[in-house]
Amino acid sequence: MRELIKMIVVLTIISLASGGLLAALREGTQERIDNQVLEFVKGPAVRKVFEGAANDPIASRFQLKDGDTLRNFFVAVFDGEVKGLALESSSSKGYKGDIGLIVAIDVKADKLMGVGVTTHNETPGLGAKSKSDPKFAAQFKGVPGSGPVKVTQDGGSINAISGATITSRAVCDAVTDALGVYEKLKPQILDKMKDVKK
Amino acid sequence: MAKTITQEFTKGLWAEIPPFRLVLGLCPILAITNAFENAVGMGLAVTFVLTGSNVLISAIRKIIPPKVRIVAFIVVIATFVTVVELVMQAYTYALFLKLGIYIPLIVVNCIPMGRAEAFASKNNIVRSALDGLGMGLGYTLSLMALAAFREIIATGAITLYETPVALFGAAFEPFRFLVEAPGAFVCLGLMLGIMNILGKK
Repeated sequence: MRELIKMIVVLTIISLASGGLLAALREGTQERIDNQVLEFVKGPAVRKVFEGAANDPIASRFQLKDGDTLRNFFVAVFDGEVKGLALESSSSKGYKGDIGLIVAIDVKADKLMGVGVTTHNETPGLGAKSKSDPKFAAQFKGVPGSGPVKVTQDGGSINAISGATITSRAVCDAVTDALGVYEKLKPQILDKMKDVKK
Repeated sequence: MAKTITQEFTKGLWAEIPPFRLVLGLCPILAITNAFENAVGMGLAVTFVLTGSNVLISAIRKIIPPKVRIVAFIVVIATFVTVVELVMQAYTYALFLKLGIYIPLIVVNCIPMGRAEAFASKNNIVRSALDGLGMGLGYTLSLMALAAFREIIATGAITLYETPVALFGAAFEPFRFLVEAPGAFVCLGLMLGIMNILGKK
């Protein structure tokens, strides 16, 4: 009996110490890690959809509350005009789990500026083309910002990647979601964008 | 026969060098030695975990009940590994992306577990620290040797501080096979063979 109690006490103390240490460390590094993820995972996608921007869209970002979730918005300046807005979106309807996207919107023309896939687990050579094939992503450029974005099979304007209709649909879903968020938060977004330096 | 304190440290560098003499921790050795920089990062991560866990386990070895010692060791090792993982994410994210899954897998790497069970739980703190440091550096050196060999033959260059340094002239024909997974097995086999020949008395 004494041995049993000793085992429980010792293991509890070790686990508590370990848990406390890790929680403190996580707290301390959280901000830096978030910044690193922005820089290395989302950064390249954001810079790509805003190719030729006059500013660094990663540096000029702001956050807004959408319900309970805090969302990141990236702002790009073109020809002295603050007009590019990128936001993160995701769809859980990918062929193998979640697909993460960066969706860029031209707020002056209310059109899509571009779409970039950031994270996915899709099949290499098929669904993975949503990230690697520039032709697929290029189709989103200039699509009107109103109404849902769909693949041609569903009556939309986006040609699905052959062999990867599910992935293509998921990407369209995520884009539609992003547009929905944009519509919903539009007044606040435009307000915030005024503060961005040209 | 008791070893001197210096021997506790140096045994990990040659006589008991982990991957080649103890033949432990082979999974990451095969997976991440396709680039020299990955090997350095992984080696230092393992060294940190090994030294840290050895010291801590040695310090608390008298209060750990024998029946649950393995569980206690795993908690300690996993804590150090998570520390490495968080610090890497925060400060060297590019390296973290390359090493990815192999960092958390240090927990089940046999070397920290093996040293905890075979050494740290029976020896004092100073000896355990030196043992961990020696074993860790030995592991790092093995990873570096293997990675340098594979990278140089497969690409004709070695990447230091993210800039490739070409070692051969333009006529060099890269032997890509060595950075692929099968190449890892072949190289490891050759290394083990060389170590056995050298170690023969």
